[in-house]
Formats: sequence, structure tokens, C-alpha cells
Amino acid sequence: MERIPILKMGECLLVSIQVDMHDRLALQLQDDLTARIAETAARGVLIDISSLEMVDSFIGRMLGNIAAMSRVLDAQTVVVGMRPAVAITLVELGMSLPGVRTALNVERGMELLAASTAAPGGDVAYGVAVD
Amino acid sequence: MVLLSTDQLPLERDEHIVIVRQTVRQRAVELGFSLVDQTKLVTAASELARNTIQHGGGGTARIETVNDGLRRGLRLTFEDRGPGIADIALAMKDGYTTAGGLGLGLSGAKRLSNEFAITSAIGEGTRVTITRWKL
Amino acid sequence: MADTRTTQLSKLIHDRERDILTEWIALQAASGASRRDLISESDLRQQSAEFLASLRHALSDGERFDPNSRVWAPIRDLLSHLSESRARHGFSPSETAMFVFSLKQPLFAALQATIADRDLLAHETWTMTTVLDELGLYTTELHQKSREGVILKQQQEMLELSTPVVTLWNGVLALPLIGTLDSARTQVVMENLLQRIVESGASIAILDITGVPTVDTLVAQHLLKTVAAARLMGADCIISGIRPQIAQTIVHLGVDLNTVTTKATLADAFAIALRRVGLGIVKQAAGPAAPAGMP
Repeated sequence: MERIPILKMGECLLVSIQVDMHDRLALQLQDDLTARIAETAARGVLIDISSLEMVDSFIGRMLGNIAAMSRVLDAQTVVVGMRPAVAITLVELGMSLPGVRTALNVERGMELLAASTAAPGGDVAYGVAVD
Repeated sequence: MVLLSTDQLPLERDEHIVIVRQTVRQRAVELGFSLVDQTKLVTAASELARNTIQHGGGGTARIETVNDGLRRGLRLTFEDRGPGIADIALAMKDGYTTAGGLGLGLSGAKRLSNEFAITSAIGEGTRVTITRWKL
Repeated sequence: MADTRTTQLSKLIHDRERDILTEWIALQAASGASRRDLISESDLRQQSAEFLASLRHALSDGERFDPNSRVWAPIRDLLSHLSESRARHGFSPSETAMFVFSLKQPLFAALQATIADRDLLAHETWTMTTVLDELGLYTTELHQKSREGVILKQQQEMLELSTPVVTLWNGVLALPLIGTLDSARTQVVMENLLQRIVESGASIAILDITGVPTVDTLVAQHLLKTVAAARLMGADCIISGIRPQIAQTIVHLGVDLNTVTTKATLADAFAIALRRVGLGIVKQAAGPAAPAGMP
């Protein structure tokens, strides 16, 4: 079965979801990411969903799970690039992904991760980088 | 109500949900729905299709382009011959789930649509129909 | 009266099409409803011929008249275009409906001329009347709906105009919300705001509700939805313009604003926003302030 590729960049893992995922693929990503974080002792995970035209409750839950699991492994997760139509729909659906940090794009996401991973075990203000 | 096109798709496996999403997207684009409306249709379809497989034990999705004489719309019907829902009001509550999900499928699909109808009885399966009109 | 006999109207129209058409057009021309000032004779001819042909086709399966069957879709489509075109040219709804109703006379004349059996004549006349009544009324409905459509569109445009998004500073947006915040308005607000977030890369949006008269549970929900949607795109929201009464209402209603920063004034919210993006406003040292009106 195809898998979504996970790239390593320094202390961070990068995932770019470019396909319309079926449920099994999403679960596979969850498993793969958790394993890679543990393997590499990554401090940050960046998930780029700018290609996703839809996020339903299953994918939303997957993102939430990944954020939670990575936190347990002492890594921060940032989801970037959600499209406006997707954000509006997700909120209407009833999900706001409270446990998931977000940023507008990959660049901002990396800044966010850099700020948070600079202080080991530090707690970065939710959603906004503290200067 | 005039029927302009029909797509009938099976819902037995995981991959079928993706096909339903793609077909709904295609028909929505053809009808000229805005991007947000397209996304709402596809997302609602995804939720209901998943319900059909996970709770209904499999079934079918029917995607119909309709015309009520004055406007066009997309009507989606999800049908299964599964166990049926005992308490529909309860099932429609946000957060209520019997399969470890989030419990947003039915209520969410309703919020994302202009019209929502559900028929279900124990031992007789479930049918959910949602419609969105192109204004 | 439910009559299950089939109809021979289609064959009748087919056999006497030219005569029926001529008589119908003459009838329309004679009556004021044809509005010769709004439509040319050749256009009238064409519309009439097309309608008659379409009617003949729709009736041709000989079945009992069922307005919901797919057979009638083409003629409904035709009437839809015709109605819209006439509305644009200034025809009143009645004038367009008369276009259909005036066909009754020539058809009735044709029926009388060809059918001897009284019972059959009654049946066919009834069918013909029912069909044309249905189609005539349909044009009236279309007219109505299109007017409603225009009103809706104007309302939408007003909504768009009344929800401006302002860039206060790099990375800081402000939305002065004026008037009631219902779900239609919220949709427009969300779409505008998120679009601007993408375009400007803003990380903070100030939603100012000074101009929102009442805040009830629904309005609060709409605000929270907007905040949630912006956050999913990496932008934080600050809600400003909270009057004391509104603060009381929010507490009474038990609305949970714990995840959102709220301030009484837009100015206060702006100050916070600047701090968050790492900026500040500094009073310039030394020298008197520049007199008003001088650069």
C-alpha cells in the first residue's frame, strides 16, 4: 500500500499530504509518524495540508491524535496551510482542533517550531510565538 | 422535481469513500457551486459514507443532480441494510458515538447541508438524504 | 376528476400545426398582452412555434398528463428561458402567462373541428386545459422566484459591502462588525477574513463588535466560529468593543470565551496585537509636537 513520505530536516519531521487519503492511509500515517518521532527523537513535526481540499472528522481526529502522541514523545506538532474553505467547513462540522498548533504556511510553521524547540521542554504560548 | 443525472456508487470498502468524495466534487463543480459549498458537500458526503460502512455494514451512495423547476441542486442519499438506529434523536446529538468516533457524522452533515432527512428502524437499515441548492 | 384515458392531443397538434400556429399568433397580435412594443413579430412567431413543437413532443407519449414526469422537463426549460427573456424585456408576469393561456382557444377550435364524440371532446378539452393551466402558472411562479432571486442577490451584495476587512498594520487585521451577526453574515465574514489572512499573511485579527447591538448565544456562537476558523489558519483573534452590558450578558449566558482575548476598546486590542507581533509605539523624545496641519 502506498505511504505518505516523511522527511527529516534537522530536528524536525516534515509531512506533506498531497493525496485524497482513504482512512487506512491516514491511520498508516499516524503510525509511521509516531514511530519516526521515537526513532529520530525529533523535537518538531510539521504537517503541510495545503493540498488538502477537504478535512473531515476522521482526518481531523488523525491530526489531533498525531499532535497528542508527539507531545507525549516531547515533540511539538504544527499543522500548516489549511485552506479557507476547509477551515470554514471544519468549524461548521463542529471541529476546531483545539490541541493542534497551526500556522499559515510552511515558513511560519518552521518559525513556530524553531521557537518552541529552542527551549527544551519549554512551553510556547498556544498559537502565537512569544517574543 | 426533475432528475438531471444519477451516480450510484457502492460503499463497502475504505477506498469507496474516496470515490464518493471525488464524484461529489465533480458534480458540485459541474453545477457551479462555490468552493466553500463544494467543500461542505464533499465533507458531508465523506461523513455519511463512512457511517454507512462502519455502522451500516456497507451500502450505497446515490448522487443526483436535481432541478426543482427554479434552481439546481445536488442530492446525496446514503442507504444501508444494517442494524438501523434505535434512537435517531440521540444519534443526532453532537458527540454521541457508538463506534469510538467523534459522533459528528450525522449532526455535522446536517449542519453542512440545506436539507437533511433520515429514516431508520431497527432491523431495517438506514437512509440519509442531504441536499444543497445552488443559489 | 382522475381520467386515465390517454390523450390524442399530440396527434392533433401534429396534423393541424400550421393552422393552430397561425390562429394563435393572430390571436396574440390582436390582444394587448402580446406587447408588440417589446417583442418583434418574428420573435413572437419563433417563440410560439418552439412552444407548440415542444408541447407536441411532451404530449407525444400519449400518457395521462403527469406534470412531474421527466417528459415535461424540456418544455419547462423552454418556458424558463422565455420567461426570463420576457422579464428582462419588461413583460409583466400576466402578459407572459397569457402567452400560454391564449393557446387554449385555437386548440379548442381544432378539437371541436375534429372530434365528434361528445365524451371524447370533453376529455381532450379537459386535458388540454389542465396542461396549459399548469404551464401558464409555472411562468408566473418563475417570475416570482426570479424577483426573489434578485432581492437575495442584492442582500448578499449588501452583506459583502458591510463587512470590510482593514489592515491596521503589517500582520494585523481589523473587522468592524456593524449590525446583527446572523449565520448568513457570519459566512461572509469568515470567507472575507480568511481570504485576507491568506493574502496578507496576517497573524492577528481584531473583531470589533462595538456596532453589534445585541449579543445572544447565537451571536456568541458565530463569533466563536469565526475565531476558530481563523485560528485553523494560524491567526489569532482578539474581540474588542465589548460594552459593559455585553460583558454581563456573556457571563449570564455562560458563554465560554476563555480561549479568546477580549478587550473593551479597539485601541486596547490594537496595542496588544502590536505587542504580540513584536512591535510597540514609542513617543518621540525632544522638541515640541508638530503643530496640527503642518507636515
